[in-house]
Amino acid sequence: MNRARRYIVGGVAIVASIFVFLVPFAFIILTAMKDKKQAALREFSWPKEIHLWDNIVEVIETRDYQLLTAFVNSSIITVASVTLLVIFGAMVGFVLQRRPSRWTKIVSFFVLAGLIMPPAVVPTIWLMQSIGLFKTMHGFVLVQVAYGLSFTVLLFKNFVSTIPRELDEAAIIDGAGPVRLFFQVVLPLLKPVVVTVIVVQAVAIFNDFTNALYYLPGKQNVTVQLTLFNFQSQFLTQFNLLFANILLITIPPLLVYMFFNRQIVAGMTAGAVKG
Amino acid sequence: MLNFKTGTLVSAIAGILMGMTAASGSAWADDVTLSFLVDNAPSTVATAEALAAAFEAKNPGVNVEVESRPGGGDGDNIIKTRLATGEMTDVFMYNSGSLFQAINPVQNLVPLDDLSNFGNVLDSFKSVVTGTDGKVYGVPFGTAMGGGILYNKKIYAELGLSVPKSWAEFMANNEKVKAAGKAAVIQTFGDTWTSQLFVLGDFFNVQKAVPSFAADYTAGKAKYASTPAAMKGFERQEEVFKAGYLNEDFAAATFTDGVQKVATGEGAHYPMLTFAVSNIKELAPDNLGDVGFFAIPGDDAASNGLTTWMPGGFYIPKTTKHLEEAKAFANFIATTEACDVQTAAAGAAGPYLVKDCTLPSDVPPVVSDMLPYFQTEGATAPALEFLSPIKGPALEQITVEVGSGIRAAADGAALYDEDVKKQAQQLGLPGW
Amino acid sequence: MTAELSAPLAGVRPLNRARPQLVTAYPSWFYLPAALIYGVLFLFPTIASLFFSLTRWTLFDWTFIGLGNFEQFFREPFLFQGLVNTLIYGVVTSGAKVVLGLLLGLLLTSDIIGRGYLRAVVFFPVLVSTVGVGITFTTMMHPTQGLLNESLALLGIKGPGWLTDPRFALLSVAAVDVWKGVGLATVIYMAGIVSIGSEYYEAAKIDGATAWQRFWTITLPLVKPATVTVVTLSLIGGLRSFDLIWAMTKGGPGFTSDVIASVIYKQYQAGFYGLSTAGNVVLFMMVAVIIVPLSWFLNRGETDR
Repeated sequence: MNRARRYIVGGVAIVASIFVFLVPFAFIILTAMKDKKQAALREFSWPKEIHLWDNIVEVIETRDYQLLTAFVNSSIITVASVTLLVIFGAMVGFVLQRRPSRWTKIVSFFVLAGLIMPPAVVPTIWLMQSIGLFKTMHGFVLVQVAYGLSFTVLLFKNFVSTIPRELDEAAIIDGAGPVRLFFQVVLPLLKPVVVTVIVVQAVAIFNDFTNALYYLPGKQNVTVQLTLFNFQSQFLTQFNLLFANILLITIPPLLVYMFFNRQIVAGMTAGAVKG
Repeated sequence: MLNFKTGTLVSAIAGILMGMTAASGSAWADDVTLSFLVDNAPSTVATAEALAAAFEAKNPGVNVEVESRPGGGDGDNIIKTRLATGEMTDVFMYNSGSLFQAINPVQNLVPLDDLSNFGNVLDSFKSVVTGTDGKVYGVPFGTAMGGGILYNKKIYAELGLSVPKSWAEFMANNEKVKAAGKAAVIQTFGDTWTSQLFVLGDFFNVQKAVPSFAADYTAGKAKYASTPAAMKGFERQEEVFKAGYLNEDFAAATFTDGVQKVATGEGAHYPMLTFAVSNIKELAPDNLGDVGFFAIPGDDAASNGLTTWMPGGFYIPKTTKHLEEAKAFANFIATTEACDVQTAAAGAAGPYLVKDCTLPSDVPPVVSDMLPYFQTEGATAPALEFLSPIKGPALEQITVEVGSGIRAAADGAALYDEDVKKQAQQLGLPGW
Repeated sequence: MTAELSAPLAGVRPLNRARPQLVTAYPSWFYLPAALIYGVLFLFPTIASLFFSLTRWTLFDWTFIGLGNFEQFFREPFLFQGLVNTLIYGVVTSGAKVVLGLLLGLLLTSDIIGRGYLRAVVFFPVLVSTVGVGITFTTMMHPTQGLLNESLALLGIKGPGWLTDPRFALLSVAAVDVWKGVGLATVIYMAGIVSIGSEYYEAAKIDGATAWQRFWTITLPLVKPATVTVVTLSLIGGLRSFDLIWAMTKGGPGFTSDVIASVIYKQYQAGFYGLSTAGNVVLFMMVAVIIVPLSWFLNRGETDR
């Protein structure tokens, strides 16, 4: 591509991206900075006075620091679920790819089923209640793991096939058992796809609203998405606070992204090479 | 960014410390903590907290912790799920009438007939919190309300209008308001529940025309679509839309928009329940005196009357671990003292259903316009949801469709009959 | 995420020849923890749902009513609308994600200025919560005060009620869905495009192929695995979609933007647990009926190879 086109195409794309992608974010930030009256006008304008800090403090203080409880809960849920997903998902993906057996087809079928089937919510609530998992954080973590497994297994299975079997063989000749082989040899090699899984699942679980609504009622268990949903009715006339809340809960996924940005593209490219 | 993070951290630590002191404080005093679930409308929360504080003051050793939930369908869902799974708070507030029936009271709730103050509760309220076994399960939380039309008195004065007694007069008023360049009827379909007033608030007129409607409807014999008087509500909703009387943003406006519009005179009429008076007080306190109220008029000016709503009930689930304290709280709510606490906290939107409770003399016009209906024999009728256990869950979507010209009135009424059928079957009523 | 979604979807892939001495290195019990969680919290409720969909259910007790719920579900006048809407929503969002994702993928792998910035900004909406996106766009799409219509008014155009006009509501939500999800499709395509060997393009250049011909004969066929992944993932997501619709229109105005998932949720809200569960079964059937043959069709070429 010649120099002029490089600038023209890029320039057009940048201008378009400002309207399509930056304006909505600017709208969130600007509204979060306004006072109650100005925010209610729904305008895209510079705030008369900047109230960002006041709004943030007010949102955090609402209902006895509910948002902080929510941040702690959401973080615990996200970290625990993603950890289990990575370990259990990689174990399945590894064996599934390496050892064809009569199980392979069955497992593949369930992986596919898990990807397609909408979860049966009411029976799940009924079941969790009868085994004492309903309304508990650990129960919710297990639900997230159950729902996220299919996609995770798929990613791992496909990536495992890019790791040469010779490495396994060498480790086995060195006397490694299956656990050591997996955790010390294979898992480290899966790093690019582990990063992809972490980012995708962490964002999905942190941002999950529907499942939290179903499985985690109650004040102590509130998650960040639920606070947003609850505040939506409470802050009906206070767009400034509502958008300050949106801003706050977007920060963690943003940090995850900034942290892993390079690895994501690398991981996906690496995963796609054999496509 | 850095600033923000340290700030959060400080607040976090403060929050944790506060939580710790609260926890250790209660452990030391060996207190009982009652959890109390209410909807998250600011006036409800204020009322609940005031009641909790008054009860705590009289009962040292009992803490009441108010927990809030969303209103509307999401709230119904939360109540049902928590009851069904045994996760309900120690006490809670929820609607009376058909929604009360839908939470399976005989199975889930503790009867309150044996409270010492039970005699204070008026019979008209008892009838809407009575289970299928004939026992009473609730005490009134809040006041009775009227469902009708909030109107802007300034517009009425400017245009020389008078309060309509018949539908024809109402429509004539609307025409004049429209000619003056204002929204004649405010609708706020951004909050779908607000769309139901033309249908639900017309029940006084339905009952006047067909006195047996509620009973026949419960038995599955009378239908909206086949009862002309009952269909009127749907037809009127359609008529108002077709005449072009609605505010421009009716499809997206919310309840708070509607309250502000009628208070500030952007529109003349807003079909609503009188509890909106607390929202006017909050959102447009200077205009509280500008808003009046009248019942939804019927065909005949001679038989004008109001459809009324019973307050929500205060209930105790069977799963409570502190039955004695919960009952003491219920007993306290059935006193004149509790009425006064509620009035002080959020104002009164209508008469109380506890014997000898009084309203302050300086109530806003919305309330004073409504009281005469209550004081006149035969000028009120409870809304259908208090006479029949069935209310279809999709009514608000249907009235939105009829009220915005997406669906014809007759079609809407027929659709609602279908919706009601599901509810009746779920409740296991005979005749469906 | 990567293009290999195709393989398990088709369920066929030439099996690696088993090497007996290695079997012990890959023990079956590695399946166990995952299988336990999946079996108890996903599989069992799903199987139970087949039973409960045939009952009138209050969570404590149930009455067997045969196919009554399904009959009811198909008699609901708005269900048919919900079915059609679900299809429209799934096809529109996944179609748009394929086209836009491919275009953006090409753009963001070509040599232009600001590429790093563009990649970041296109991907960023993927990270924001659906509820947050819903609230933001609902505010911007307000018929009289919203940013969108106020901007159009500057150009002299009177914009419609994006979310309040029955003709536009569903498509407006679909557009926001595409806005939020196109970043993921783009990244998948970028990965696919990058992995195409440069020797193909060099050979084509020597043959004198135009840019259009190169796209048509090299890029498009060779990114097919990425296309399969994007189509399948976004179609599954689109057909099951609930969050965004609920956050923006709640199926409104009236029932005009209801999809099956929102109908199910409303029945659940109303306490019709048996009916809601039956809706779940209907949705599952519908997704399976569309996705399974589609992925078989899309993967046909793969297995021939």
